[in-house]
Amino acid sequence: MSDDREFLKGNEALAYGALHAGLNAFYGYPITPSSEIPETLATEFGQGNFPEFRSFLQAASELEAINMVNGSAATGAKTMTATSGPGFSLKQEGISYAAGIGLPILVVNVNRAGPGLGNLGPEQSDYFQATRGGGHGGYRAIVLAPDSVQEMAAFPSLGFSLAFRYRTPVVILADAFLGQLKEDLVFPQVSTSSFDTSWAATGARGDQRHVLASLHLELDDQSLATHKLHAKYAEIARQEQRYEELESDGAQVVIVAYGICARLARRAVRSLRARSVPVGLFRPITLSPFPNQGIEKLIGQGVRNFLVVELNMGQMVQDVRLAVNGRAQVSSLGQVGGLIPGTEELVRAAEAMVG
Amino acid sequence: MIENEGTLYETKLGPLPTLTSKPTHYCAGCEHGTLTHLIASALQDLGVRERAVLVNSVGCSVLAPDYLNVDAVEAPHGRAPAVMAGIKRARPDLLVFSIQGDGDAASIGLLELMYAANRGDPMTIFLVNNATYGMTGGQMAPTTPIGMVTTTTPRGRDLALTGPPIDASKLVASFERPAYVRRVFLPVTPTPSTEFFNARGALEGALAVRHAFEVQERGGFAFVEFVSTCSVNWKMSVLDSKRYAARVLAPLFPEGVLRDRFLLESA
Repeated sequence: MSDDREFLKGNEALAYGALHAGLNAFYGYPITPSSEIPETLATEFGQGNFPEFRSFLQAASELEAINMVNGSAATGAKTMTATSGPGFSLKQEGISYAAGIGLPILVVNVNRAGPGLGNLGPEQSDYFQATRGGGHGGYRAIVLAPDSVQEMAAFPSLGFSLAFRYRTPVVILADAFLGQLKEDLVFPQVSTSSFDTSWAATGARGDQRHVLASLHLELDDQSLATHKLHAKYAEIARQEQRYEELESDGAQVVIVAYGICARLARRAVRSLRARSVPVGLFRPITLSPFPNQGIEKLIGQGVRNFLVVELNMGQMVQDVRLAVNGRAQVSSLGQVGGLIPGTEELVRAAEAMVG
Repeated sequence: MIENEGTLYETKLGPLPTLTSKPTHYCAGCEHGTLTHLIASALQDLGVRERAVLVNSVGCSVLAPDYLNVDAVEAPHGRAPAVMAGIKRARPDLLVFSIQGDGDAASIGLLELMYAANRGDPMTIFLVNNATYGMTGGQMAPTTPIGMVTTTTPRGRDLALTGPPIDASKLVASFERPAYVRRVFLPVTPTPSTEFFNARGALEGALAVRHAFEVQERGGFAFVEFVSTCSVNWKMSVLDSKRYAARVLAPLFPEGVLRDRFLLESA
């Protein structure tokens, strides 16, 4: 093992990953299973190890937290918040404003189980909420789905670069399993290049001022603004689809899974391939934009069976069906309540689909 | 210079670099226009335009960036103090201020107001208390007096149903850390002569606005409430709205300096 190797919880790794990425400001409200993120950042705040980290505050509520995030981001600061299900719901108003105004913010949702209070186990049931925008007004966020503690550490850097490149909210959608999972990692070298912040509200200069707003009272102005926003989303969809493939060459069945489910599926695929059963894995890394290009490639390779595995009653399966558009069979395997499917269950389900 | 009760006030008239040339949408007789001008004058006098960031949340002042020629960040309804806290913590060199309505600051945004006040965050909040939801069309506000007819209290505000009006200045001053809390009665008030009005409120307001910015420059939390009118939604003539404000709102929300940590008022 190299000396750089560390052994951390996913939430701790994410917090340090954000600090290594030059985090300037963090505001949050405690909620299980994401609280190690503010706790880790509170430990580092003001200690001098990360001099760029100049603002940390436990807010009075999720609403106060997300609006503090928007305030710091409006000055061009690299700003993040972290939460779980119920808190993610409360933050949607602020995320909608960030999308409408064009603020680069990073929001982490460590997905817990169930609607309402639910429980503290892992689910992927906030998939729709995260990938469809979640709040009012028809916006989208970029959604990144890590599947390891290593990626929990790496994605804040990726998230900030995407958020600033497109001036848009970026969501890191993890789950209770990834947040609490402890494994080894190496903190990646991140580029320290600064982002364009010429748009930020840092004071007027002569005739040049910055008015950061989503209000467009004239109908034509709102129409233009919404069209511009969606042209940006189309550009993001062209440029930023990310995915990973495993053993997809020659596969008759491809399991589609992200996050913790991708890890389970990886084991199932290895076990099946060891017996020469032609099953592969397709792991979306960006859930929004959904990696249609990858699905298209698999269809071109002749894949005619997809098994979508997720910790909900079937959400991402709808995106897979849209991408497949009738050209292949798409089956769904869901597990909820904080439970996860066993490898054998995936093996059986995938093998049954092989002709 | 204008002399009032022994105090000399400097007045500035004409175009200001801190004002745009756009005519305001504010209704005739509304104090929002007065306050906009007081703020523009203070920003100009203090020479802080290049460091000023207006945070506009929802209400009649949401269009304030159209008139105040400074940087601006929009906040959701009630959340201006949280957005200001975020701006100020990331960039302590900036001067942040909000213009909020009574519904914005004392109803949906009460938590954000109280927590910013409790922390004593350096920021400047101007509250326009006109006892109603102006932009939304005259519904009950947290500051609506008991008995006042609004579109959601068609038989008058009922104490048993809604509780009494909230005194935002008193609430803010109940916290330890705010450095400046002041309430100003802004409307011109009728005099025995129907030809003349007393504009003392605007003169007091000019000083209060200036103090509220100076307090933030010294690291303090400043809150100024302007008791105002809304003749359109009160369904009164402008003149009657001034009389109503003097008769009903002035005793309910008495003028005064509730906190002056830096002793600006006696300077």
